[in-house]
Amino acid sequence: MTTLTSDARRALTRAGFSRRSFLTGSGAVIVTFASAGVMDKMSGVFAQGFNGTGSPQLDSWIAIAADGTVTAYTGKCEFGQGLYTAQMQLVAEELGVPLNRVHLIQCDTSMTPDQGTTSGQQSHPTNFNRSNLALAAATARETLIRLAATQLNAPTRDLVARDSAIVVKATPSRRVSYGVLIGGKKFDVQLNPKAARIHPRDWTVLGTPVARVDMRAMATGEFEFVHNVRVPGMLHGRVVRPPSPGATVMSVDESSVRGMPGLVKVVVKNNFVGVVAGKPWQAAQIAEKLRVTWTPGPRLSPQRDAYEQIRKEPSTDTLLVDSGDVDTTLASAATVLRATYHHPYQMHGSIGTSCAVADVQADKATVWSATQSVFPTRNTTAAILGLKPEQVRVIYTRGAGCYGINGADTVSYDAAVLSQSVGKPVRVQLSRKDEMAWENYGNLFAIDQRAGIDANGSIVAWDYEAWSAAKGGRPGYNTPGNVVTGTLLGLNPTPFNPRTPAPAPTQPLNNNLNTAPSYIAGRVQDSRNGAGVVRSERVLSHRVRSPFFTGPLRAPERLQNTFAHECFMDEVAAHVKADPVAYRLQHLNHSRLKGAIQAVAKAANWQPRPSPNRRAGLASQGPPASSDSATVSGRGIACVCYEGDNGYVAMIAEVDVNQSTGQIHVTRLVVAQDCGPISNPDGMRNQIEGGALQGMSRALGEAVTWDEEKVTSIDWRSYHSLPVGFAIPRIETVLINQPDQEACGSGETAITVVAAAIGNAIFDATGVRIREVPFTPERVKAAINSRS
Amino acid sequence: MATLTLKVNGRARTVDVDPATPLLFVLSDDLELRGPKFGCGLGQCGSCTVISNGQAVRSCITPVSAVSTAEIITLEGLGTPDKPHPIQQAFIDEQAAQCGFCLSGVMLTAKAFLDKNPRATDEQIQQALSSVLCRCFGNVRMLKAISRYAKGASA
Repeated sequence: MTTLTSDARRALTRAGFSRRSFLTGSGAVIVTFASAGVMDKMSGVFAQGFNGTGSPQLDSWIAIAADGTVTAYTGKCEFGQGLYTAQMQLVAEELGVPLNRVHLIQCDTSMTPDQGTTSGQQSHPTNFNRSNLALAAATARETLIRLAATQLNAPTRDLVARDSAIVVKATPSRRVSYGVLIGGKKFDVQLNPKAARIHPRDWTVLGTPVARVDMRAMATGEFEFVHNVRVPGMLHGRVVRPPSPGATVMSVDESSVRGMPGLVKVVVKNNFVGVVAGKPWQAAQIAEKLRVTWTPGPRLSPQRDAYEQIRKEPSTDTLLVDSGDVDTTLASAATVLRATYHHPYQMHGSIGTSCAVADVQADKATVWSATQSVFPTRNTTAAILGLKPEQVRVIYTRGAGCYGINGADTVSYDAAVLSQSVGKPVRVQLSRKDEMAWENYGNLFAIDQRAGIDANGSIVAWDYEAWSAAKGGRPGYNTPGNVVTGTLLGLNPTPFNPRTPAPAPTQPLNNNLNTAPSYIAGRVQDSRNGAGVVRSERVLSHRVRSPFFTGPLRAPERLQNTFAHECFMDEVAAHVKADPVAYRLQHLNHSRLKGAIQAVAKAANWQPRPSPNRRAGLASQGPPASSDSATVSGRGIACVCYEGDNGYVAMIAEVDVNQSTGQIHVTRLVVAQDCGPISNPDGMRNQIEGGALQGMSRALGEAVTWDEEKVTSIDWRSYHSLPVGFAIPRIETVLINQPDQEACGSGETAITVVAAAIGNAIFDATGVRIREVPFTPERVKAAINSRS
Repeated sequence: MATLTLKVNGRARTVDVDPATPLLFVLSDDLELRGPKFGCGLGQCGSCTVISNGQAVRSCITPVSAVSTAEIITLEGLGTPDKPHPIQQAFIDEQAAQCGFCLSGVMLTAKAFLDKNPRATDEQIQQALSSVLCRCFGNVRMLKAISRYAKGASA
């Protein structure tokens, strides 16, 4: 495999290789987008735009050298989801070259286009439809075909790209290789918005389960993570975070560490405190020993009151949908059901603590960072350092799986500040506690649901009202205060502006946070963007200030909302004694979501009947569900149109519930997922399996905890992740391929529905509804006990 | 500081370190090995696992002085990209990773366990991995890969 690893890339960089010298070297076809005028014409559901302003000189996507080597540049990075390999497949497919002739260069501010942040399962729709990387590859192929048409004296429609050559389809012996076509010449081609993609039905590389190109290096310990980056003269830093949110530095007693081995410097800037030493272990010991006196932070409101407290805070209110008739419809409905759901703060909890290396000199800086956002991080790092963005280079180097904004951005700032203070390269890796006590958690939510049901048992009104707590988030290009280091340096997070009441909705429903349930029509003025049929509808959100930093955690907010929507739908179905699958289909108006539901029901051999199971909770009276007579079994379904239009999934969970211990054993998860044309079925399956189990871990055990001063979930004893060795359920995946649809996302879809599917299965088994995540044995047992 | 000669991946390696330094820091910093990773520094997650005299140990809480005479094997000591060890080959065949950061914990814990218990059942293997974490939750494939390796190794 000739893939350029980060090591190789760095070696080339150190050797003076520059992208410009490559591009101005021997012959090549180079596809650029600078003046092609396509930035505002990008196709694709939810396709992210570029912020090209940061990199006017970086205007090419792809270059084909005379030797047939294709170098492609992408602003979407691999962090374990398989995107790197899939993007190589895309380029190989469109250009008819073997995979090992593709060099893919990802996320380096000195080499790649600015594609913002790799997040929100946007990379597949952004780079695999008819824009960006896919369009660049298609443009390059069409260029080569046009060149070949003259040489082969054949019309372009008869030509295809195959084996690094353009060949006449009917007589493949008539061919001209890329080397001959390009020769020593250089062709600058502008991205053609009309360049045609190869149709998924004709794919030979995309759509196949190509193995991850990085797997071999990972499995043998050769892979270079950001944690392994070593640069000459590098020192090691550690940070000293405050003891509690809002605490500020009163004094730092440097004499407390004087003379300790390896000490280079104690660095204090505003409330940022860090140390630099010769070796990482020395830095850790010095940080531990350094005596810092802090003012106490504000007292935290007790955790047990959190869900009540957020209803009392000033809030920013948003009405997404309001048909104006919800109160009257509810008043005249045959039945009104209501329920409240609670979802805690949860962590990304990366397996490796975050790490970065920075080399800051007087007029330039280089940062090796696992950030998902190289260009935004470049700008914010420059602001922190007092440099211009173009003086800072951020090189994406993979970290431990992040699932959203873990400490990767904040530790990049830590390393940059410490490096600038000592004038040498500094590597910083956070401690476990520094990672867990200060990362940007997934938001806490309290959600009230009300439904009006008519005499026939159909839903006629849906009323959603939610309170969630947030602070900070991704720094973007301008707001380093959105993560802890920025705030400690004196920079503010995005301001919080309370606004009550919410203005009436005027824009068509954008359900990118899955705030609206799938079952409403989603009508705003003349638009109708919902996936369902319920026309009396209101979706009202209150956002309050969180004492902790928050930010996107895999399926951010979508998961919390979907937990409440899909459990509540189940409650309504149970109330009218309807089968949960049939009842969902009855209230949906969306063929792809219905398709996913039907596919999963078939795969799971779903038997239509209402929940709960008629023997729910009565294990001893029916045939034993397992050897343990206290154990009862159930099944539950949940589904979602992820972000409204970025992937469709339905999941059926089967569980055993031990009623004497409250222990949940998930025995089977069946998932049907549609993300458009499937680029790599094994990669998609890997994402579904991981998402399903990560969702289980979050549903069954994960919650951030705190006392009156500080976060108390600071290690793997106090934050409960399922281990590799738990009794995993049987996972069955149904991949729904849609060759005629646009590519949409696949990384966050499955996890979104897990908590709801398990919650619904617990209800089916026991007749008990658990409305708060996580479903710990204590909580389940208490609910079961209060039933009887 | 003390001069120690460690036996790592079959080679003698001399280092000059504080003998209280956890083995992990010596391996990843002084010897620049990439296999063992700092995950928690508390012995809770397994990312730093190495095999020391046949036992899977958590190098982040093992002082280097405690293993100065041991035979230490890290993930890169098992095999190479060109010649992977059978358990590494099994993980490659099953595509059993996402970010890959946890692999020292998963593979070396499983290998050390299976070396001693070649006929272990899937349940016993799961039990052996009950304090190893993978936050990408590659469990399905990892357990398949280990099972595949176990069958090959005991055959």
